[in-house]
Amino acid sequence: MIEQLKFDFPGHPSPVQPARGNACIGVVNSGNLEVLIESAALGGRCEVDVKTSANGFKSTWAAVLEDFFARNRFADIKISINDYGATPAIVSLRLDQAAAEIMEKEMR
Amino acid sequence: MNLAEWRTRESFYEATARRRITGVLDQNSFQEILGPADRITSPHLEELGFPVSFDDGVVIGSGLLNGNNVMIAAQESGFMGGSVGEVHGAKMTGLLQSALATKTTAVLLLLDTGGVRLHEANAGLVAISEIQRAAFRLREAGIPILVLIGGNNGCYGGMGIFARCCDHVIMSEEGRLSLAGPEVIETAGGVEEFDSRDRALVWRTMGGKHRFLLGEADRLVIDDIRAFRAAAIELMQKPEPLTLESMLQEHRRLAERLEAYGDCKDALEIWKRMGIPGSDSIPIMDNEAFHAAIKPYVASKETQEKKCHER
Amino acid sequence: MNVEQTLDKIFSREYKIERDGLVISGSGICKGRTVAIIGTVDHAAIGVDSAFRLASAVLKVIQEFPKRPILLMVDTQGQRLTLQDELLANNAYLAHLAKCFELARRMGHRIVSLVYGEAVSGGYFATGMMAERAYALPDAQIRVMALDAMARVTKIPLEKLVELCKTSAIFAPGIPSFVRLGILEDVWQGTLEDCLDRALRLPVVYDNRAQLGRERGGREWAANVAIRIRVSAGLA
Repeated sequence: MIEQLKFDFPGHPSPVQPARGNACIGVVNSGNLEVLIESAALGGRCEVDVKTSANGFKSTWAAVLEDFFARNRFADIKISINDYGATPAIVSLRLDQAAAEIMEKEMR
Repeated sequence: MNLAEWRTRESFYEATARRRITGVLDQNSFQEILGPADRITSPHLEELGFPVSFDDGVVIGSGLLNGNNVMIAAQESGFMGGSVGEVHGAKMTGLLQSALATKTTAVLLLLDTGGVRLHEANAGLVAISEIQRAAFRLREAGIPILVLIGGNNGCYGGMGIFARCCDHVIMSEEGRLSLAGPEVIETAGGVEEFDSRDRALVWRTMGGKHRFLLGEADRLVIDDIRAFRAAAIELMQKPEPLTLESMLQEHRRLAERLEAYGDCKDALEIWKRMGIPGSDSIPIMDNEAFHAAIKPYVASKETQEKKCHER
Repeated sequence: MNVEQTLDKIFSREYKIERDGLVISGSGICKGRTVAIIGTVDHAAIGVDSAFRLASAVLKVIQEFPKRPILLMVDTQGQRLTLQDELLANNAYLAHLAKCFELARRMGHRIVSLVYGEAVSGGYFATGMMAERAYALPDAQIRVMALDAMARVTKIPLEKLVELCKTSAIFAPGIPSFVRLGILEDVWQGTLEDCLDRALRLPVVYDNRAQLGRERGGREWAANVAIRIRVSAGLA
C-alpha cells in the first residue's frame, strides 16, 4: 500500500531565490524515488508531500527532511515525492540533487 | 574513435529519459509538455497500491534538431520497465496527433519498453494500437518518425511491432528490438527453446548488430548520445513511402528472408549464410570493426531494394 | 462456432474460402455486397509464416479488388513463441501486416474485424485491432493475459485482482472490458448478416476508440490527456 505523509516546515528567514519554477529528479524504480521541487505561495513556509511504498517510516522521513531544510535556505517551496523504498541516504541525495537543479547549480 | 572522443562520450544507455532528449536535441531547445509539475499520473497504479511517477514514465515535448522543429518522446527506462499504460500511451498518441497539425519536420521516439503495462493490461494494449494509428496518420502527411533504441528494456511487445511501423530505426549494439522477450519464450517453450539467462544468445537473436544485419535497423551507432543525434539528423528529412510499390517491395524482401534463413536455428548460421567472413566474431567486434567487416555483405534495406529492382 | 459455421451465418452460405496453414482467405456476398474474407483459424499462434500469409492476402485484395471491404476473422492464442520467430523478427512481419492494412485503408477498403474464437494479446493487436471497427461474437474469449498469470508476473495477489475486476475494466479479461474500453465497437447478436451490413454502413472513422472509452466510462484519461496535449501545443 502507498502511505501518504505530509510535513510542514518553517521557511528560512532570508531564503535563496530559485532559478527555475520547478525541477524534478530521480526515477521511481525499486530503491529509488522521484523528487519534484516547486516554488509555491505558502506564506513563507515549506511543505513536503510524500507518497511511499515503504510504510511506517514517518519519523525517519521527518528527520531526513529536517536535516535537508537545515542545510538549505528555502521558503515558499513545495516538495512532492514518489518513493519506492529508497534508503535515507538515497532520499537525502535526491533532495540535494533536486535543490541543486532548481537553483541550477552543479552538485559538488 | 580516439581517446579524446571516448572520454567525452555520454552513454545513451545510462542516461535518463530527459537527459537523452536534451542530449539529442539542440542545446536549450527542449520544451516539455505535460511535465512532472502537471502530475499526470496513473490512477490505475494508484488503485493497485503501486508508486506512480509524475510523468507516468514518458517525457514528451518539442524542440529543435539541427535547427528544425521536431517533437520528441522518451520512455523512462526505470519506471515500470518503460511499459505502456493508459496515461503513458495517451501522452504519446497526443504528441503524434499534435505533430500532425504543427510545423513539425520529424518526430523522434526514444523507445525503452517491455510493451504493455500488465497492471493496465487492456488499456495498455489499445494505447499502443492508438499510438500506431496516430503514427500512420502522421506518415500519411509525409512527416517521418524516427525510433531510437538503446536502453535497458530494449523495445518489445506491441511496441516492437510499432517500432517497425515507423520510418526509421536507429539502434546501438546494446539495444534490442523484438516481439516476445527471452523470459516469455523460455516460460512457453522451456530452456531448450530459449535460455533467457544466456545473454550472448539474447543479443545474437534480438540485439542491435543482428537487427542491423537483417535490415531491421537503419543505423547501428555506438552507445553515445551524440551518435544517436547524428544519425537522427541524417534521417530526419527522409520519410519512407508507404505505397503499394513499397509494400510489394518489402513483401518480397520478407519472403526472401524466410526462404534464405527460415531453417536457421541461430543468428550465427544466418550470418554465415550472408557470407560474412569471420562472422563468429561479430559479437565481439567494436562498432568500427563491425561496419568495416560487414559492409560488402550487409542485407541493408538499400541493397535489398536494389536487388529487388533488378529482378 | 468454428469459422465455417460463422461464415455460413454471416454470408447465408454464399462464400468461398481457401486455407493456407492457419490463414484463410476468400470472399462472400452479404446483402449483395462482395466482402473479402481474411483470417486465422484453430486458435492460431501467429508466427512469421502466418503473418506473411495474412499480408499476402491483404495485398491480393488491394491489387485485385479495389475498394472491396474486408472482414477480418479472428481466432488466435497470441504470437507464436519460438526462438526462430524472434530470430527472423516476427515483430517486423506483424508490422508489415499492419502497414498492409494501413495501405488498404488509405486505398478505400473498409475493414471490420470479428473475434469468433479467441483473441489474445499480440495476436489480437496485429489482426483484429487493425480494423476500423472491431466486433466479437458473444462467446468469444478476449484477453491480454489470464488473471493468474498476471498475478504471478506483477506479484499482485490474485484475490486483489479478482476484486478489482468487479469495478475496473482496465485489466479484466473478457468481452465486457473490451467493450467498455472502446476496443470493441460492439458484440454481434442476432442475425450476423445484418450485423456485418450495419457495420459496413457506419461512417468511416480513423480511430474512435479513445472517445468510445471515455463515453462508456472505461477509459477516462486516454482521450482527455490527448486533448490536453493538443491544447498545450496550441491547437484545438
